[in-house]
Amino acid sequence: MYDLIVIGGGPAGLAAACAAWEGGLQKILIVERDKELGGILNQCIHNGFGLHHFKEELTGPEYAGRFVKLLGETGVEVRLDTMVLEVADDRRVHMVGKSTGYRVEEAKSIVLAMGCRERTRGAIAIPGSRPAGVFTAGAAQRYVNMEGWMPGKRVVILGSGDIGLIMARRMTLEGAKVLACVEVMPYSGGLNRNIVQCLHDYEIPLYLSHTVTDIRGKNRVEQVVVSAVDGHRNPVPGTEMVFDCDTLLLSVGLIPENELTRQAGIAMDRRTNGAVVYENMETSLPGVFACGNVCHVHDLVDFVTAESQKAGSAAAQYVLGGGAAAGETVLEVTNGDGVSYTVPQKLRPRRVEKLCGLFFRVNRVLGNSEILVTSGGTQIARFQREHLAPGEMERIDLPRALLDRAEGEITVSVREVEQ
Amino acid sequence: MKELICIVCPKGCHLKVDEENGFAVTGNACPRGAEYGKMELTHPTRVVTSTVRCARGLYPRCPVKTDRPVPKGEIFRVMAALEVVELSAPVRAGQVVVENVCGTGANVVATRDMI
Repeated sequence: MYDLIVIGGGPAGLAAACAAWEGGLQKILIVERDKELGGILNQCIHNGFGLHHFKEELTGPEYAGRFVKLLGETGVEVRLDTMVLEVADDRRVHMVGKSTGYRVEEAKSIVLAMGCRERTRGAIAIPGSRPAGVFTAGAAQRYVNMEGWMPGKRVVILGSGDIGLIMARRMTLEGAKVLACVEVMPYSGGLNRNIVQCLHDYEIPLYLSHTVTDIRGKNRVEQVVVSAVDGHRNPVPGTEMVFDCDTLLLSVGLIPENELTRQAGIAMDRRTNGAVVYENMETSLPGVFACGNVCHVHDLVDFVTAESQKAGSAAAQYVLGGGAAAGETVLEVTNGDGVSYTVPQKLRPRRVEKLCGLFFRVNRVLGNSEILVTSGGTQIARFQREHLAPGEMERIDLPRALLDRAEGEITVSVREVEQ
Repeated sequence: MKELICIVCPKGCHLKVDEENGFAVTGNACPRGAEYGKMELTHPTRVVTSTVRCARGLYPRCPVKTDRPVPKGEIFRVMAALEVVELSAPVRAGQVVVENVCGTGANVVATRDMI
């Protein structure tokens, strides 16, 4: 019997396991399906990671390396090349591994840290023929940065999420010609800094409110057709631009990888595609926690780390101190105007020590704004921001004292204010 | 007055740099933004991250970076210099791969252990 089984050895799983060890758990197992720890960080060779957590700018492999080293100083057990198949009742975890075969391990607590995967061409239904040369940006990133293959020479990128932007620069540095980055929304889904240092630096045009309307080619991509879209995201006839290219990279969103979560019967949130979680990242199944991109897709690994440390500590507390008492006050957190989701979705004021961190995303770009937190029609907190965008996750900290005054639910909304 | 987006951290502050007034920066949330705004208009630099060939390792490529920013105009020369490098595992994170790359004063270092 393990105190804790962590499913996934990426940044979320590593931080959760380290925090649980710090919290006093002795028998911890990380199960990882890849041949090494570190997850997606290993292919994110660019820098910009760690400014919050380590107070210095690191590359992805360096950030992962720091945590792998920390983990090495603990007694946490790691099983690589091992796939979890099911999280069954009573926290029994079914897994199959290259050297260990089929095993069922029991745990007093579980942290779900499976991360997310990319949306594919099928998921967004791009018309056209089916030639080779259409890749998700992350798959191309792995080919270039780890396996040593170049996916193509003349490239169009659909989607302006951070991975797409990073790959625009990466392909350019490796000698490819990136013809365009195409975004269906009127704003980029990526960080501003990446628009500057990945597109502007290399004079790669960004077409906002445009999308790919045809892929042409028999065996290999030969042309990609890009059209402008109207306010309802419908292509506008007559605006077609044809790009002669051999490769189309897709950076069109990430989906939390929650097959295990759903199968375990854990309550899900349709807004995040992740589990509904409480203030300590506990799911609807007592003793099972979720953190990192499996819970909601983050922009910054530093925030994944912070959230996962919270989950790891909470798992330790659960095992050593017991779970939440029955009948404890629960506040539902709901979306107000301009907010597309919040995490946590529920919180128990009595289990908040001093501050409860609340992540959320807005559903449109806003200038000078205020963030309002209300309960029962009464404003309980207000925060100011100069700029809000869907591509940038926001965080507010709600003091325990305020939560104690709230009743039933709290609502987070945003609104623009005059300067 | 030139408008820039700061790339020092993910916050992406909207900077205004006064070229006629000693490159005074406004709109920055921290001192690094002021430094970036001035540098970007007088002497723009970037950290270059890439990979080099690596024999006998877990993967055939080892990630590397310049240990300090290099002039923006030197980026493709740095890439060309990395094209000919071949490491052999084991490699340690922080190990110098190319010293003083292209005379920029920056060393190219490995960013992970490769065993």
